[in-house]
Amino acid sequence: MSTLTSSPAARGSATESRHLLGWTLALAFGLAAPWFIYPTFLMKVLCFALFASAFNLLLGFAGLLSFGHAAFFGASAYVCAGLAKNLGLSPELSILGGTTVAAALGALFGWLSIRRSGIYLTMITLALAQLVFFVALQMPFTGGEDGLQGVPRGALLGLLPLGDNQAMYYFVFAVCLAGFWLIRRTVHSPYGQVLKAIRENEPRAISLGYDVNRYKLLAFVLSAALAGTAGALKALVFQLASLTDVHWHMSGEVVLMTLLGGLGTLLGPGVGALVIVTLENELADKVGPWVTVIMGAIFVVCVLAFRRGIVGELLALRGPRSDTPPGGGH
Amino acid sequence: MTLFGLSSQALFGQLLLGLINGSFYAVLSLGLAVIFGLLNIINFAHGALYMVGAFVALLGLEYLGMNYWVALVAAPLVVGLLGVVIERGLLRHLYKLDHLYGLLLTFGLALIAEGVFKYFFGVSGSSYAPPEQLQGGVDLGFMFMPLYRGWVVLASLTVCVATWYVIERTPLGATLRAATEKPQLVQALGINVPVLVTATYGVGVALAAFAGVLAAPVMQVNPVMGSNLIIVVFAVVVIGGMGSIAGSIVTGLGLGIVEGLTKLIYPEASAVVIFVIMIVVLLLRPAGLFGKQA
Repeated sequence: MSTLTSSPAARGSATESRHLLGWTLALAFGLAAPWFIYPTFLMKVLCFALFASAFNLLLGFAGLLSFGHAAFFGASAYVCAGLAKNLGLSPELSILGGTTVAAALGALFGWLSIRRSGIYLTMITLALAQLVFFVALQMPFTGGEDGLQGVPRGALLGLLPLGDNQAMYYFVFAVCLAGFWLIRRTVHSPYGQVLKAIRENEPRAISLGYDVNRYKLLAFVLSAALAGTAGALKALVFQLASLTDVHWHMSGEVVLMTLLGGLGTLLGPGVGALVIVTLENELADKVGPWVTVIMGAIFVVCVLAFRRGIVGELLALRGPRSDTPPGGGH
Repeated sequence: MTLFGLSSQALFGQLLLGLINGSFYAVLSLGLAVIFGLLNIINFAHGALYMVGAFVALLGLEYLGMNYWVALVAAPLVVGLLGVVIERGLLRHLYKLDHLYGLLLTFGLALIAEGVFKYFFGVSGSSYAPPEQLQGGVDLGFMFMPLYRGWVVLASLTVCVATWYVIERTPLGATLRAATEKPQLVQALGINVPVLVTATYGVGVALAAFAGVLAAPVMQVNPVMGSNLIIVVFAVVVIGGMGSIAGSIVTGLGLGIVEGLTKLIYPEASAVVIFVIMIVVLLLRPAGLFGKQA
C-alpha cells in the first residue's frame, strides 16, 4: 500500500483531497438526484440520514446509547407541524421552533440521564421518551391518534413556495448538508476529540481535568437538536406529525440504521438510513408484519457478526486503522 | 363508607388493580435483576418472552386442551428452554463486549417475536378465561374481590419471596452471588459457571413467562402486551436500583399501587406517574431507592 511509504503530512493531504473529492461527488449526486429518483423517497432518506447521524454523534463518538431519540425527532415534528399549521409560521421559523424544543428536551434528558451510565442511561432515556409519547398522545393540540395532518409547507423566507417536491427537495438537501457538515466539524474539532477520549476511557478523561459531564451534556443537546431538525423537516415533507414519530420503535429504528451503517463512522448512519428506508419502502406492502421480523433479524446479525456495520467493514478492508469501533473494550 | 371523598369500593378496587399491576412489575423486574446480576445483560426481550408465555397458555388451551394450572407450569418450562437456546446460541458470544450489545441483540429478538406473533394472530388479541376454581369472588365487607385477582397477587408474591429466599439465603444463591462478583474464582473452585449462567437466564425468562400466564386472564393476550409493559418495568428498575432482589419486589409492588391510586385521583396522569417518579428519584438518588451508590 502506498500509504506505508508516504510521509504523515503527505498522507494527510492525500486524505484531505480524497475527502474533498468525496464531498464534491456527493454534492453533485445530491443536486442531480431528484431528476431521476422520486424526490419524496430521497427526502425521506435525507431526513433519516440526518436523524441517524445526529444519533451517531452521541453513541458513536461519545459512547452514550440513548434509546429515546424518537422523543427529540417526534417532539420537534409536532412543534414544527403545530407552528406551521396553527400559527401559520414560515417553514424556516417552524423548523427553528422544533429544533429549539428538541434541544431543550435534549438538555433535560441529558442532564437527567448522565447521572447514570451505560445501560442505566439507556433505560432512562427510553423511559423519558415514553413520557413524551404519552404527552403527545394526550395533549389537546397533538391530534391524539390522528396526529397533525395537512401541515402546510409554506414558502421559504416568504418567497419560495415549497409545495413543489423539487423545490422542497433542494431545501431539505441544503439543511441536511449543513447538518452533516456541522457533525463533521464537531467530530474533528478538539471538542470531538475530547468526546472520543471520554468514550474510550472516562476515568482517564476525568483525571486529565475534563469536566466530563459538561461535555456529555453538550453532546446530548447537539445530538437532540439535530435529531429535532430531522424530525421537523420530516413533518414538512410528509405534511404530517404522528405518534409513529415519537413511538419508541422509532428510537429502535435509528439505532438499527446507525449500527447497520457503521457506528462511529461519519458516512455509516447515512448508508444505514438509505438501506433501511429502501427496505421499508420495498417490503411494507409485500410482507406486512414480517418487516418487523426482518428488522429484528438484521439487528441480531449486526450485533453477532457485523458490529462494524457496512461502512465500518469497508474501512476495515482498506487497511488497519487507529480508530477502533466503540464498545470493543470497556 | 367513604374515604377521602371516594367510596371504599372504588378505593380498594383501584388499590387491588394497582397491586396486581405491581405484582407483574415485581415479577418482571425481579427476572431482569436475576439475569442482569449474572449475565450483565439488560434483557430487552423480557417483555416479548412474557408475551410468549401468555400465548403458550392460550394456544395450549386451544390446541392441546391444556388447562390453566398445567399452563402455569408448562409455559415457564417452554420459555425457559427457549431462553437456554437463546443464551447458548446468541448471548454467549457477547459477554466480552460492551453491555450495550446485549441490550441491542435482545431488542432484535423482541422485534422478531413481536413480528411473528403479529403475523399469526394480528394485533387485536384474544381473551383467556380464568380457571373455574377462581371464577367469581368474595365480599370482604369493604369491597368485592374477584378471586382470580387475589390469586394473582398471592402467586406473584409467593414466587418473588421464593426467588429472594433462594438467592439470598441458600448455598445455591451464595454460589450465584459469588459467581457474579468473581466468576474466575468460582470457576476455579470447580463450579461450572457457564452452566450456571445458562440456567440463570433460563430461570429469569421462565419468571417472565410465569407472569405472562398469570396475566392472560386479566389482560388481553396480544403480541404487543410485552412491549408496552417492558418500558414501565425499565422505569421501575431505574427507580428501584438494579442492585437488590428485594428492591425490585418492593419497588414493583409500591409503584403499582401508586399508579392505581393516581388512576383514581387524577386519571390523566396515571400513564406517566411512574416516569415522573423516576425523574424525581434520579434527582435525589441517582442509584435508585435500593441501589448501591456507584
